[in-house]
Amino acid sequence: MSKVTRFTGSDPGAVARISGFMAHLRAHGFHLGVSETELALRALSCVNPIVHSEARLALKSVCAGSVEDTAQFDMLFDSFWMAEGRVRHKVIPSKATPAGKGTKSTRTDNSRSTSGKGSIHEPEDSQDADESYAQGTGKLLASRAHNLMKKDLRELVSSEDIRIAERVAIRLGKALRDRRSRRRKVAQRGRSIDLRRTIRRSLATGGEPLHLAKSKRPKRPLKIVALCDVSGSMMNYARPFLAFLAGLMRADSASDAYLFHTRLVRITNALRDDDPMRALNRITLLADGFGGGSKIGANLQKFANGYARNFVDGRSVVIILSDGYDSDTPEILGNALAKLKRRGCKIIWLNPLKGWQGYEPVAKGMAAALPHLDAFAAAATLTDLAALERTLERL
Amino acid sequence: MGAPHKTMMTWKNLQISLEQTGYVASDDLATALHIAITLARPLLLEGAAGVGKTEVARALAVIKDTELIRLQCYEGLDASQAIYEWNYQRQLLSIRAASEAGETGTAVENRIFSEDYLMERPLLKSIRQDKSPVLLIDEIDRADEEFEAYLLEVLSEFQITIPELGTITAITKPLVILTANGTRDLSDALRRRCIYAHIDYPDRQTELAILASRCPEVEVHLGQQIVGFVQKLRQEELEKVPGIAEMLDFAAALAGLGIKDLTSDPSVLQAALATLLKTQADRAAVPMEVAARIAGKAA
Repeated sequence: MSKVTRFTGSDPGAVARISGFMAHLRAHGFHLGVSETELALRALSCVNPIVHSEARLALKSVCAGSVEDTAQFDMLFDSFWMAEGRVRHKVIPSKATPAGKGTKSTRTDNSRSTSGKGSIHEPEDSQDADESYAQGTGKLLASRAHNLMKKDLRELVSSEDIRIAERVAIRLGKALRDRRSRRRKVAQRGRSIDLRRTIRRSLATGGEPLHLAKSKRPKRPLKIVALCDVSGSMMNYARPFLAFLAGLMRADSASDAYLFHTRLVRITNALRDDDPMRALNRITLLADGFGGGSKIGANLQKFANGYARNFVDGRSVVIILSDGYDSDTPEILGNALAKLKRRGCKIIWLNPLKGWQGYEPVAKGMAAALPHLDAFAAAATLTDLAALERTLERL
Repeated sequence: MGAPHKTMMTWKNLQISLEQTGYVASDDLATALHIAITLARPLLLEGAAGVGKTEVARALAVIKDTELIRLQCYEGLDASQAIYEWNYQRQLLSIRAASEAGETGTAVENRIFSEDYLMERPLLKSIRQDKSPVLLIDEIDRADEEFEAYLLEVLSEFQITIPELGTITAITKPLVILTANGTRDLSDALRRRCIYAHIDYPDRQTELAILASRCPEVEVHLGQQIVGFVQKLRQEELEKVPGIAEMLDFAAALAGLGIKDLTSDPSVLQAALATLLKTQADRAAVPMEVAARIAGKAA
């Protein structure tokens, strides 16, 4: 049972245990500093920490900062305190790739030898131990039964891929950038003076224009919203797409990313992690059920009714990466896309199968989707994605 | 850790007193609120529209028997709207009067930049109260990022610098509640500073409790039907999902119409739907037969 991780009973006190837990959360991409550890301890003093449900609620309110965090927190909490976690070793090729420009790797050699008690325990006598030690990246994965069927994204994507994809994504981003509005809008620090507004305001000060209202031409860039299908049928193509998403998120701060299989998961925040590989690790946690069945219609519907309301508008380009093999009825897919389209966005569907010779969109789902698409293109590799630049420029 | 309080309030007590004011809080929310109060940290509430985020602040102000100061955020909100502003008209009048009376420069200047000529806006007002108020910063995600950064500074220091007057430090720290519903992503810095709670649509039991405490005139049988109906309706394909306030309006409307049973008269039900469905498309999506069917299932 050396793989089972839990806080050690011999820890000298609450402080060590909590800091161990905070390190555990941090390793899974929560942005928590020393002050949060202190806050967590103080929060525990507000409740009865002996009752674990109260301790959980107290720690959750301090450590989680968004809906996605909240969902992840319970799993991580169980894995640490209920001793249900497992240490998994990393499976990327051992070639040590230097972190790309502008990225700082939080994973240094010291990070694993967390001194003091209450740290995460690494496997010591299992056969994986050597490899895990060599990598220096033993990670605790919160998981239960799903673990068996869960594929590790890091097996699919290497950091080399991500760097290439990042370059592609930057180029695509540029094709969409630089669209300045013709209109002028009030702005705190604008270039020109808004005369009408300035004079109106000067009435309050007896005709003295004390406040100069400024205006500027706001930038109206198109932003990319990418939805990636990671169901079973897409497994072989997931690699370039995921790398592309990771690159996109790192290159462009306005873009937004989602994964779907049987569920829809927003991965934007996870992908923005400083460390690209850790980002993938976080997604693996979020995308429980990766490689399962596909419910494109239901997921797009959920997207159109949920996230799209906040994140999709007339200046969005929705990119859907999927093969269109749907286990739902095609009507659902058609309706969902129609609804999405009504938000004024552009929809691009990238289908890996379109690249095949003699491919006709035979999948019924695909046929239902076609009328709502602004572009339907082949994309099975990163090169295909790079070729999209032209399509995007035309939009 | 934490000096013993005069009245040791646990989160359970807080939950009960919230319920006495008519606000039914989940365990998550009550704990987060309790921690935020005890540690004097701002509380960030997120959730869909109509789940009662703003109402938390109102209920809290009632419990603490204190003033609720509200700052509604919007795009383009600036310091003069949120913190303070000089009363220019009065200043100008004063200058004119002074020049006629032949007063000298410094005296006039000191007078027109004194407290009398300062107009407090919510943030300044909230740190100058004798009894610590509840400061509600509503829909923070609508404000610009610049304002968010400024707010962060105010919330950590609880002091505001006015160049002409000097620094004003908080007499009492307000209990700060921020709400957001995802118009844009908030900065990590703000999230880190706050205690966080996510509010979801209530489950059946909770919603029944809310209905019972807000509309006691609604009978139990009808109440169950109403809650069941609204909960079913939330699962339908709708543009605007009805929130708790809509549910209460719906209940009040039915009670006002003297309905005893939701399934008794489909046309009255359809009329009362005006309180739940607020767009043309949603009204079209739930025609009379569908409404009657949902009501039948709910009963």
